Amino acid sequence: MRYAMAVDTQKCVGCNDCVVACQTENDVPIGHCRDWIVEVTTGTYPDLGLEIRSERCNHCANAPCVRTCPTEASHYAAGGIVLVEEDECIGCKACITSCPYDARFIHPEGYVDKCTFCIHRVEKGQNPACVSVCPTHAMIFGNLDDPNSDISKAMATRKWKSLIPEAGTEPKVFYLL
Amino acid sequence: MIEEIITSGRMNPEIDPVLHVWGWEIPFYLFLGGLAAGILIFSAYFTLRGRQDELPIAVKWMPLSVPFLIGIGLISLLLDLSHILYAWQLFTNIRWESPMSWGAWTLLIITPLSIAWIAIWMEDIFPKWDWKFDEVKTVVKWLKEQRRILAQILILLSIILGMYTGILLSAFNARPFWNTSILGPLFLTSGLSASAALIAYFSKTELEKRLFTRIDIILIGIELFMIVHLFMGHLAGTQVHIQAAQMFLGGAYTVPFWTFVVGLGLLLPVSLELLELKHKFIPAIVPVVLIIAGNLALRFIVVSAGQASRWLY
Ligand code: SF4
Ligand code: SF4
Repeated sequence: MRYAMAVDTQKCVGCNDCVVACQTENDVPIGHCRDWIVEVTTGTYPDLGLEIRSERCNHCANAPCVRTCPTEASHYAAGGIVLVEEDECIGCKACITSCPYDARFIHPEGYVDKCTFCIHRVEKGQNPACVSVCPTHAMIFGNLDDPNSDISKAMATRKWKSLIPEAGTEPKVFYLL
Repeated sequence: MIEEIITSGRMNPEIDPVLHVWGWEIPFYLFLGGLAAGILIFSAYFTLRGRQDELPIAVKWMPLSVPFLIGIGLISLLLDLSHILYAWQLFTNIRWESPMSWGAWTLLIITPLSIAWIAIWMEDIFPKWDWKFDEVKTVVKWLKEQRRILAQILILLSIILGMYTGILLSAFNARPFWNTSILGPLFLTSGLSASAALIAYFSKTELEKRLFTRIDIILIGIELFMIVHLFMGHLAGTQVHIQAAQMFLGGAYTVPFWTFVVGLGLLLPVSLELLELKHKFIPAIVPVVLIIAGNLALRFIVVSAGQASRWLY
């Protein structure tokens, strides 16, 4: 099992629904977020290009945050989902400085928090909250090890990229181009 | 082509817009760790060379400060932890891949050893010292017999400690400015230089003062060489490393770094020390204060600049 997510940049309109859905589903403290929208504009007016991405923790297969954690708070859970165990986290923030995507933050209660791929929903066979609310169906979540899963098919037939793979993190959130 | 990145929906405190999760605590902790390591290395090394009576400040007196330096260092590390009630988790896990973990363990081992090391010299420095209990006397006697082995272990552990203060940062490839293996040796050298300067300041004999002034001059030379190498390495690296170096070559860190670390922290004190060796009168406090301040500035600036440097995507 290898959980992954693909975000279709051709479909994402940057409506922020996924951000709000996550904040509601996961009780994300006010002023913080586990997912966010990036808009990239290229070119010079009037010749412009636009890419909109819904970003979150990439649940890296070679996660530097897991590597540098002095306790075992940051760890790989089922399907390669990277999680933080609140009661083991000492708040040293080594994981935050390790993450090239700045995907983590300090929860007001002191431990480190981030996207969990909604593991509590995934375990019940549901999609993560962000995926399930997306009005344009821009996100696909699934198991990369299953060749018949929607995500495997999309990755096989579409062009895609991941974010700074050259950082050696082996990200598992992909962007369909 | 113009590229503009607009990030909406993310303004996590201390993460955005520029990462600053580590404030004064971590650089201060790194400074104290480096200083403690330097003091122990000199003390143990000159013991192995059999020069303890010639160099009493370096060998016998300075180690007295080590448990305090480490203690204050650990307190400042703890102050940085945002989930401090769980701090004990540091010592229920050993994770070799995490410098934060093995650094904490090294400190844990080095502290009792440094106390044992002090015990060996207590009767030398305080002639009226009495251990009171016979059990303690036997232990101290045994420790004295093991002096050479203890010195060797201390040198090894102190080198690890001194290097660790830099490796803690260089292990993060997410922050290009830190991601250079020269930070370990650089911080070790700078810790050694600060302790050499302190020894020279406190020393009572001309011999000890001149020896450590000379050692310090050499160490500062090595430090300057390593700083040049740090930038050469970055400038010959990838785009993100080049940009990280440019923060110091025209960017926001240029003035503080070249003024406080290189100018006032290295070049000025090394010139004063050279004059001192030529028997020019230099108030002894001046170079040592400059060197300690430069040491602190180096760590504060490196910790801050690393967090400001990032990958582009
Ligand atoms: S994106 Fe960051 S937090 Fe998530 S697994 Fe990768 S390194 Fe860790
Ligand atoms: S802040 Fe918590 S999760 Fe992050 S490295 Fe430290 S102990 Fe691990």
